[in-house]
Amino acid sequence: MSAGGRTPPGKPQTRALNCPGCGAALTVRSFNNAVTIVCDSCHSILDAKDPNLQILQQFKAATDKDRPHIPLGTRGKIRGTDYEVIGFERRTIHVEGVAYSWHEYVLFNPFKGFRYLTEYDGHWNDCSTLKALPDVVSFSSPPKVKYLGETYKHFQTARASTSFVLGEFPWQVRVGESVEVSDYVSPPRVLSSEQTGNEVTWSMGEYMLGRDVWKAFRLPGSPPEAKGVYENQPSPMSGEVKSIWLTFAFLLLALVVLMIGFDLSAQNKDVFTGYYKYDSNQRGEASFVTDDFEVKGHTSNVELKTTTDLNNRWIYLNYALINETTGQAFDFGREVSYYHGYDSDGSWSEGSANDAVAVPGVPPGRYYLRVEPEGDPGHGMTYYTVTVKRDVPQYSFYAIALGALLLPAILLSWRALSFEHLRWAESDHPMISTSGGDE
Amino acid sequence: MTQPTAPCPNCGAQVVFRWSSSVQTVCEYCKSILVRTDVDLKKVGEVADLPPDSSPIQIGTEGSYNHKAFTAIGRIIYEYEQGNWNEWHLMLNDGTSGWLSDAQDEYAISFAAPGRKLPDQCRVGDRFVWDNEGYEVTTITKAHYRGVQGELPFQYWDKTDVIFADLRSLTGKFATIDYSDEQPALYLGEMVEFDALGLKNLRTFEGWS
Repeated sequence: MSAGGRTPPGKPQTRALNCPGCGAALTVRSFNNAVTIVCDSCHSILDAKDPNLQILQQFKAATDKDRPHIPLGTRGKIRGTDYEVIGFERRTIHVEGVAYSWHEYVLFNPFKGFRYLTEYDGHWNDCSTLKALPDVVSFSSPPKVKYLGETYKHFQTARASTSFVLGEFPWQVRVGESVEVSDYVSPPRVLSSEQTGNEVTWSMGEYMLGRDVWKAFRLPGSPPEAKGVYENQPSPMSGEVKSIWLTFAFLLLALVVLMIGFDLSAQNKDVFTGYYKYDSNQRGEASFVTDDFEVKGHTSNVELKTTTDLNNRWIYLNYALINETTGQAFDFGREVSYYHGYDSDGSWSEGSANDAVAVPGVPPGRYYLRVEPEGDPGHGMTYYTVTVKRDVPQYSFYAIALGALLLPAILLSWRALSFEHLRWAESDHPMISTSGGDE
Repeated sequence: MTQPTAPCPNCGAQVVFRWSSSVQTVCEYCKSILVRTDVDLKKVGEVADLPPDSSPIQIGTEGSYNHKAFTAIGRIIYEYEQGNWNEWHLMLNDGTSGWLSDAQDEYAISFAAPGRKLPDQCRVGDRFVWDNEGYEVTTITKAHYRGVQGELPFQYWDKTDVIFADLRSLTGKFATIDYSDEQPALYLGEMVEFDALGLKNLRTFEGWS
């Protein structure tokens, strides 16, 4: 192949320029991509396309001069590419009479072109223009935008005016000019549209931490602290909420498996039943011991059930489950009472004629029960049945476990929700917590 | 591949065509715009000094698109209110030609798409469907021809004002309707990332690598 037709390696046409307003030297960093250049000394906005650098506008900046956090000319690495800061502007919106301002940094690389960094109250975004067309779903409320398969929710629409500029810009910039800006969020990303006339420019921002900006541009000191919750700031809980519920689901499954397993393997077997009566009118020793019975299997619980014919009365039973060989005793008392009747509110009842209690950790062996009933003298005869069941599944344990698993998940979800509350409080669509819907 | 050569009718320098289908070229030495006839080259004009531009692409830049290697062999420079942009004429290794547009370092590759039904005029927001892809007009640019360099697939040297309608799709496809001739011409393609083209033999910028 002939090398003919190849242009000599081009030298960028760097120009040594002087401001026609004040004579100060100007630096042009984006070669011939610059459309407007702002003189730092006299704040003249100059037409970069005009060889004479005609002054397009001069603005007063004495009172509200802004210094960029990243000085013009600083280079940094963003997504593996070197960029140089070439322009800086402050833009302002007014919401209910209050002015909110943010800063935009124009970044340039001669091969990859332009990129932008925005900063508001310590929150940073890495922005670039969109390559594909976003799909605006305007009939939904709040409006949505679909872009490359992702849905973004409308956050805010406002008129943003340029209130301070510095450096060079690849577009026509004037102080005081305003455009309508709409933001749609899907944290950590935000889609922004800027409407001028009938043309709409779209860009996408991705949330960036101040310390990552400082690292990328090797800035001294530390970044200003981020205040509040920003529109596309990723929720610190967003990933955790999902994973905590996932963990919860797994543990719940494990719990259910455990429950079914114990339920199936539990003997759940009657080992003793005795029928007794107690006459509270009779004086003297009421206590007695039962016949002995075999408790089998591994160390586990036994359930002792008391079934009575109580009717508007009570009985108190002192139980002792005693191991015949070792003498080990499990002592416990049960009050059984059942009252019912009618009053002005209708029928009522309190307590129950039956009672059940689980005695945990009972080793296998031969056992007998010592029973000592007590009651109000004059109540007369009470018939009751005592049943001992070996190895009974206990569901209360599972209920407690469920609560213990559920609590952190609910707490985290609640915290995540309050984060979203703060985010949307600043938007055109604040979340309404008490009453009413989204208007 | 033999490359057609002919002497420049103006200065006598040897003019080499890299692409056999090129219709027009510019003499590297005397900047004469030369058009191929059946027998020899005819001088039809002269290129004024090209405006300063900052495209990292240059004649001879190589890259690949859709697994096809290409070389930039010519360009048209347009000027509009925001500056200028380049339409680089690409010669692909399958013998076809395409265009790499570079507007403030935003890149799009497109190919002539004749035979589609085109509107006589359009406005921002108008929608069209070509080859089962929906496009929306995003910008209308009034521009003027500012200069040419290298080889082009057609004669292009006496233009003044031109109108382009740029369109985009939801999937990142790109279309341009060129209203500079009586019959509008359509180009279809897509927006491309600089890194995706694997470009070599780029222009150098002092202080940048």
